[in-house]
Amino acid sequence: MITLKEVSKIYKIGGEEIRALDGASLHIEAHEFVSIIGPSGSGKSTLMNIMGCLDTPTSGEYILDGQLIGNYTQKELAKIRNKKIGFIFQGFNLLSRMTAEENVELPLIYQRLSVSERQKRVDEALDMVGLSSRRLHRPTELSGGQQQRVAVARALATRPSILLADEPTGNLDQKTGTEIMKLFHDLHKAGNTIVLITHDEGISLQAERRIRILDGHVEEVAAS
Amino acid sequence: MIRQCFKMAIRSITANKLRAFLTMLGIIIGVIALVVLVSLTDSASGVVQDKLESLGTNMLSVTVSDDKGRPVKPDDLCNLMNENMIGLAAPIAQSFGTIKSGHNEKNAILYGTTAAYLDIQNLELQDGRFLKTADINNNLYVAVLGADAAEKLYGKVGDAVGQSLLIDGRTFTVVGVLAESNSMMTGMMSVMTGGAITAFIPYTVQCRMNGMASNIKNFYVTASDPSLLDKAEARLNDILMSRFRQDTDAFSITNISSLLKVMDTITSIFNILLGGIAGISLLVGGIGIMNIMLVSVSERTREIGIRKAIGAGQFSILMQFLLEALILSVMGCIIGVILSWGILNLINLFASKYITFHLSASVVGLTAVIVIFIGVVFGLYPARKAARMNPIDALRYEG
Repeated sequence: MITLKEVSKIYKIGGEEIRALDGASLHIEAHEFVSIIGPSGSGKSTLMNIMGCLDTPTSGEYILDGQLIGNYTQKELAKIRNKKIGFIFQGFNLLSRMTAEENVELPLIYQRLSVSERQKRVDEALDMVGLSSRRLHRPTELSGGQQQRVAVARALATRPSILLADEPTGNLDQKTGTEIMKLFHDLHKAGNTIVLITHDEGISLQAERRIRILDGHVEEVAAS
Repeated sequence: MIRQCFKMAIRSITANKLRAFLTMLGIIIGVIALVVLVSLTDSASGVVQDKLESLGTNMLSVTVSDDKGRPVKPDDLCNLMNENMIGLAAPIAQSFGTIKSGHNEKNAILYGTTAAYLDIQNLELQDGRFLKTADINNNLYVAVLGADAAEKLYGKVGDAVGQSLLIDGRTFTVVGVLAESNSMMTGMMSVMTGGAITAFIPYTVQCRMNGMASNIKNFYVTASDPSLLDKAEARLNDILMSRFRQDTDAFSITNISSLLKVMDTITSIFNILLGGIAGISLLVGGIGIMNIMLVSVSERTREIGIRKAIGAGQFSILMQFLLEALILSVMGCIIGVILSWGILNLINLFASKYITFHLSASVVGLTAVIVIFIGVVFGLYPARKAARMNPIDALRYEG
């Protein structure tokens, strides 16, 4: 499903080279629930950006769903993100002027699906996160947990190859965080591939497989 | 996709109505300036044009300033009418006097002319007849009254014909009454003379009354066909040149249709000038839109980042912001045109006695094109800026 081969990402800041990723290799199968854990500054975000097709590697190969993500243009990357990646952010990143329903519908609009198909997918996704009754509320009228559920529904609506969650519980209290994690377990059981990026050991332990990242290097954490 | 972008644009405009209105204000004012100013000059010049045309486009007016001892006589005009291409010719002399009917005395402008004057000036009779050649040849004391004169002297037009009245103490018989005329000339004369009435009398009689020889200083000439007016003018010029010993200063010929052409040029220049000035305010309005769109783009950096992360392509983002700018300018244009219409109607409330101003369709069309152009040109830069944002930076942006 996901293969990284010797992926490096080098930023140049003020003439100084920074190796955010240094020859990172990993492989994730379909239907896996993987957590990537690392402290801040470890290259976590860079890894997520590359896996989420927001950025391309300086060197090495990234293969998503059998497709080599090479020197694509922004336009092509946008298409891949739209079709294959479901993003879930720490800060929810919902559009505040839109209702829950409209937020979930947005990626489907960019997929140019028909109105009836969009309606069907939105219903399905909201149902899956248990927010069908709140579909007409705006983000400001929803609790943090509910907002994150909307964000998950938005990620699910496009039926992506992977769900890429970046600290999804970071802005939530303990109890709500647990609820969201339960939702991820349910989604995993339903057959979704989930990559969860976090700095929280406790959260990462909930995944069936753990990958640690440190100073741009990745390594498998043996199951305890 | 465009439809969806359109919806998104509408949504973000309605989310901040006051700002949208203030942004549009620049365009609204520009549109009003352009549409109202050009409509005003258009309507005004149209009225002047009409008035000039009512004087007769097929008409040459000749003024003799120096007769070189060979004055133009009524017989000369008769000969002139036999010339090629020349139609009618009639002398005109003006004097001021009084007309008295019973105890009713009025100041009057007296026109001395001949039978041909009626057709040259496109005048119409309401009652009776106009002057005849026999009246002129026999020095008959007959008068044709203007509609205003008949009304002021007798109250009713129908009562005038056959009556006798005194013009400067001499007894005249009224033989006809002219129809109400909207000719600017008579209107202007009436205003300038403080409401004096008009009467037409035989040219020869007027000369005799004023103790002058029947030398003609002013006369009107028409072409045998309106399309031949320029040729008739050339012919007339030749005839007068040979008569006045090739002295171009001895006489002058005024061609109404060439006057119309000059008017036309002047209005065009006015329109371009006013349109240009108003166009600048439209340009300023466009810059206002660009300014607000740039603010809007940077305010919504995070939104753009989110949209890009979930798969919005550059084109979608570009269209969303471009359409927003375009909708703002087109709405401003529509509001501006409606307000212009209102303003013109308001002006008409006060000015309708003299002139009616119309919304000029061509200027509205032109304005719409300019506004759309401005919307695209000034919307494109902010929209491109939005479309080209790096999604990673945009997502991280803390506004």
